Amino acid sequence: MTLAQAKDQLDAHLREIIEWHFNPATGSPFWVDAAAGKNPLLKLSFDPRKEVKTFDDLKKFGFFEDEWLRGGPVRRWQPRALWNKPTYVFETGGTTGIPKSRVVVDDFRIDYEMFSESLPDAFFPKGANWLMIGPSGPRRLRLAVEHLCQCRGGICFCVDLDPRWVVKLIKKGWMEHLKAYQEHVIDQALTVLSAGHDIKCIFTTPKLLDALAGRLEKDGSTVAQQGITGVFCGGTEMTSQWIRFAIEELLGPGIYIAPTYGNTLMGLAASDMPKAEEGYKIAYYAPQPRAAVQVVGFDNPDKLVDYGQEGRVMLTTLTKELFIPRFQERDEGVREKPSAKYPWDGVSGVKPYRGFASTTVVGVY
Amino acid sequence: MLHIPVSRWGEPYKSLDIDKVVHFATGEALAEVSRANGGLVERDMRFAKRARDMLREIPIKELMQMVKKAADLYTKAELPLGTGTQTPDQFVRMQSATTGLPEHMCRFNMEKNHFVLNQMEKILDALTRGLDLSILSRGYGVEERGVPVSYQAQSPVLGLVLPSNSPGVHTLWLPIIPLQVGLVLKPGPQEPWTPYRMAQAFIQAGVPRQAIAIYPGLGDVGAAVLQHCPRSLIFGGTATVEQYKGNPRVQAHGPGFSKILLGDDQVDYWEKFLDIMVDSVLVNSGRGCINCSGIWASRHSKEIAAAIAERMGPIQPLPPEDPKSALAAFTVPGQADAVNSQIDQDLKEPGATDMTDKFGARLVKRERCDYLRPTVIHCDSPDRAAAKKEYMFPFCTVVQCPQNKMLESIGPTLVCSAITEDPKFQRDLIEATHIDRLNIGPLKTIALNWLQPHEGSIVDFLFRARAFQFDKVMLKP
Repeated sequence: MTLAQAKDQLDAHLREIIEWHFNPATGSPFWVDAAAGKNPLLKLSFDPRKEVKTFDDLKKFGFFEDEWLRGGPVRRWQPRALWNKPTYVFETGGTTGIPKSRVVVDDFRIDYEMFSESLPDAFFPKGANWLMIGPSGPRRLRLAVEHLCQCRGGICFCVDLDPRWVVKLIKKGWMEHLKAYQEHVIDQALTVLSAGHDIKCIFTTPKLLDALAGRLEKDGSTVAQQGITGVFCGGTEMTSQWIRFAIEELLGPGIYIAPTYGNTLMGLAASDMPKAEEGYKIAYYAPQPRAAVQVVGFDNPDKLVDYGQEGRVMLTTLTKELFIPRFQERDEGVREKPSAKYPWDGVSGVKPYRGFASTTVVGVY
Repeated sequence: MLHIPVSRWGEPYKSLDIDKVVHFATGEALAEVSRANGGLVERDMRFAKRARDMLREIPIKELMQMVKKAADLYTKAELPLGTGTQTPDQFVRMQSATTGLPEHMCRFNMEKNHFVLNQMEKILDALTRGLDLSILSRGYGVEERGVPVSYQAQSPVLGLVLPSNSPGVHTLWLPIIPLQVGLVLKPGPQEPWTPYRMAQAFIQAGVPRQAIAIYPGLGDVGAAVLQHCPRSLIFGGTATVEQYKGNPRVQAHGPGFSKILLGDDQVDYWEKFLDIMVDSVLVNSGRGCINCSGIWASRHSKEIAAAIAERMGPIQPLPPEDPKSALAAFTVPGQADAVNSQIDQDLKEPGATDMTDKFGARLVKRERCDYLRPTVIHCDSPDRAAAKKEYMFPFCTVVQCPQNKMLESIGPTLVCSAITEDPKFQRDLIEATHIDRLNIGPLKTIALNWLQPHEGSIVDFLFRARAFQFDKVMLKP
């Protein structure tokens, strides 16, 4: 696909999504009411079905406020045409106060099936069993990883991990409890790995991979010796230095690590395995046209930064289940050029947005 | 450009994450420093025991000689630094350039470190109360009076999460290597210079490079040091101290809230003590935890405040290389503004008076750094919010308080210089558990006797005295 074809595909997909979400017969109450001037949180002064024809036209919406996602009714985000479908609600945040919610029917399955195509079968064998060492509870990730494993023909084992408790421990400064909780999570993982389940692939976060590898080493073993050949890693910030450290010192040459960037709103952006000759750069590409990532100016979020320059990450989600235009993420990164595999912009060097960095808590997981 | 790598037990490691260290006044990039990640620290702790094992192969007496040699190398030699080398003059310039301390203060701190290294035998003799140091090395022994004793090292290494603002704190970890305990250093972001230079001085003097690891980095690295070293020192603010209170693995060093108390029997002669008061506040640009931040008196408090203000108020920022420069620059953007705002807020309270107001604006903004000029606040009661404050520049409050209310009002105090001959007041001061270092008499709070423990003895922190009985046939004493 060429860059122009990718852009045409994105614009065509956008028009379809706008028609779907803003048509009173099929659309989601939040957006239908916004267009009709009946939404107290957002009143649009234009008719999106008439005036939004290209991705660039999304600027008319201004910026999406994620605070709108707190509280109910959550159905307002879901198109009426899907109200008869079995629906999940996934939460993000919520250590204190009301969490942000997203309702989902099939999006997480579609996103992770698409992502599955990016995983090399040699390291993530079809039919292999997985271990999910990450957040459980009302999180998308647990079900999504399980579905990823299932769609590849395997069975997914899981641990219990409550990230809200982790954030509370850090805020209280209870570092001994934090360490104990991390050990509790790793204990669960090692128990599963030792139980003869023939697990070859794991999902985990950078900190938990550090802890898992460290514990295995203390016990005289390694991640490779546990039979693991593929690691799908995400959930928190991941630097090139960390991925290099993981490849060189925690995993060794026989294990493939697939870094991802994503969240409950967008789905997930894939990256090829970082290579030494490229300075272990991690460049993420969103699953366009279902979602798009832009890197915009810190001072002027209406303007893309030049390639190779730093800016704030802005996400747009365009699925039949959710329309989120121009959401300024809590992350920043470097704008990456399109590649042959992904003929649209990507982002590398993702880290907490400098405006919020001091308030972001990243702990055990 | 000069690159300073992570030092993994002496092995250089160039990280993909690099921080530039820049001159606070000119913006010139002085060096780039590799940034470690927390997992690296955890992984390297596999070799912590090796650090102590290698040090134990060298008798403590020999280590003392190495440390003495290191003292001279540190102050006089051109030593390796990352991809280059560094002379003592370059060290002073670089430390000043990134911490904001005037160069003559950096030189003074070098001399202080040299003194401590050079006096190590006396210092360890004092800190161990004359213990035969081979007992620490072997773990057991018999005292001259025939009593078996045993001291058990609680950790093969000491972790240090070091600050950027006060190069004076490095004296605290200098006795560690001669105690045959390894070092895991996480330098402050603006002050990588002393840990690297001191490590090189030790290594050039014969200390095994595998005994010292240095991990520059962010908060995750500091957290990893604290998590994986069984004993650590951390330097930070009040919140840091509170966080680690009661944690036997961590000794937290925070603000000192050091004070001078004038007893009722001496306060009428306060003018005799003016130099002591001014020096206690002003030396080292007021950055140390041992600098005085509160002077307490039952009467004449306003006259005392006015006299100190007359001495310190006119002081202006000078270039860092100027030998008369008395003020350190604030090199972290926004920090001086925040401190200035807090002081202004406290001054809104009736009873708190800015005695330095007439000498001009406190906040001086420059292109790439800021200064805060000396500030003296008079408080008519210990209840004023300002009375409990300490900042990283020459700042002090003069608090009016009856003598019999002082000890219950001063709060935690690292150094207390009590100028009094009143035996009852002296006795109460000696009994006061919220005072750490107590000076009775006209002594500057900044005048440390290195033979005395600082915020608890480092030997007691690293070694545990325990019962140990043995058969002399099976184990030679």
